[in-house]
Amino acid sequence: MTSGVDLSRPQAQTVGSDEDVVRVRQLVRTVAVAVKLSLVDQTKVVTAASELARNTLVYGGGGTVEVTAVDNGRRPGITIVFADSGPGIADLELALTDGYTTGGGLGLGLSGARRLVDDFDIQTAPGQGTRITITKWSR
Amino acid sequence: MALSTDESGRLADLLTSRVDRVIQRWTEVVGEQLRGRLSQAELLRQVQELHRALVDALGKGAVDLAAEEATELRAVLAELSRGQARQGFSATETATGVFALKDALLSAMEDDQSTRTLRDYVAFAAMVDQMGLFTFESYVHTREGLIADQAEQLLELSTPVVKLWEGVVAVPLVGTLDSARAQVVMERLLQTLVDTGSPYAIIDITGVPAVDTQVAQHILKTVVAARLMGADCIISGIRPQIAQTIVALGIEFGDIATKASLADALRHVLRLTGVESGRRQSRREA
Ligand SMILES: Nc1ncnc2c1ncn2[C@@H]1O[C@H](COP(=O)(O)OP(=O)(O)O)[C@@H](O)[C@H]1O
Ligand SMILES: [Mg+2]
Repeated sequence: MTSGVDLSRPQAQTVGSDEDVVRVRQLVRTVAVAVKLSLVDQTKVVTAASELARNTLVYGGGGTVEVTAVDNGRRPGITIVFADSGPGIADLELALTDGYTTGGGLGLGLSGARRLVDDFDIQTAPGQGTRITITKWSR
Repeated sequence: MALSTDESGRLADLLTSRVDRVIQRWTEVVGEQLRGRLSQAELLRQVQELHRALVDALGKGAVDLAAEEATELRAVLAELSRGQARQGFSATETATGVFALKDALLSAMEDDQSTRTLRDYVAFAAMVDQMGLFTFESYVHTREGLIADQAEQLLELSTPVVKLWEGVVAVPLVGTLDSARAQVVMERLLQTLVDTGSPYAIIDITGVPAVDTQVAQHILKTVVAARLMGADCIISGIRPQIAQTIVALGIEFGDIATKASLADALRHVLRLTGVESGRRQSRREA
């Protein structure tokens, strides 16, 4: 598949609208295909990205997403960083609890996204914004 | 940059005293650009109308396009761009229709050798620039409206609710199920349930590339609303990768029936109705 995406560099996408969330999904799908993730893993990482990008939009008040094709020497993968300078998350453990939501959602975005990927790192503090890094390795 | 009152008066004079020259050169330049895509008569009509509106505005004392006295001129410009946008002219072609006035002014001023001429030309040209940019904006505005209309039509097109069988309606979802579309789907489905009096609805998600919690929540809400109206929903078209993702996310569809394919879902419903009519029959027999 010709992607039109330069894999040697991180691809950035701003997140300021619902359409941007769709763009993030498409970008992630393209890179996931390029690094040869299986269909199941593609779907998992695209879905995780959809959750986190929507959180960036809804709770973070918008932000940026960066998608990078990576390689740890043994296998290729995809790393995605979601960053916003919104209110941050005061109680991270609570936010990561299944079913917890402050926005009338299902409360499964953060916790579910963590289960869908291999590496999940979150840096957040009240007033400091939120920065989440996820990686999915090809197997 | 506004014209001075003097400049505005001189521009009006120039446009009226050299009206033939101006109109001739103006239509010539635009005609070259559009190369027959607009009839000569239509082109002349547009140019004359613009010319009249401009002279009119200047005559009333307009010193720039934003002026109160230029209301009519703005309306004429907007109407012109709207028409061109709808007829598929490009933004450049549309704006050129206005910018060509510069050529026409230059040719009308050629005979005049006074030193004032250059300064006047620059001032007049600035006014034409304003008009051109305004045209451009109106054009873009119209195009955006057209695109929004098309998107809405697509929205309607892409969410057909079909009657699959007596008492069974189905809605095949294709593509991205954003909130706007989810809303349309839900309303359509519920309306069709009412119109057909169907007790069963099948929501097929074969064409949805990713089911995240937002999509799931929309589906769950639709199912609950259908239930309140006495109808049962079945979700079909759950491909293996979607099933695994839904499980990992932790989404629970509870007691909602889910099937791998639309055919499976229909079979399931027919079996249910078969059992029911069977039951009813046996009751009658008893
Ligand atoms: N980027 C973010 N900035 C601030 N708060 C967030 C962010 N992401 C998530 N949260 C908080 O964590 C909660 C749980 O998020 P999530 O699991 O995605 O569920 P939901 O989106 O359904 O509310 C949210 O309701 C919100 O309070
Ligand atoms: Mg969420």
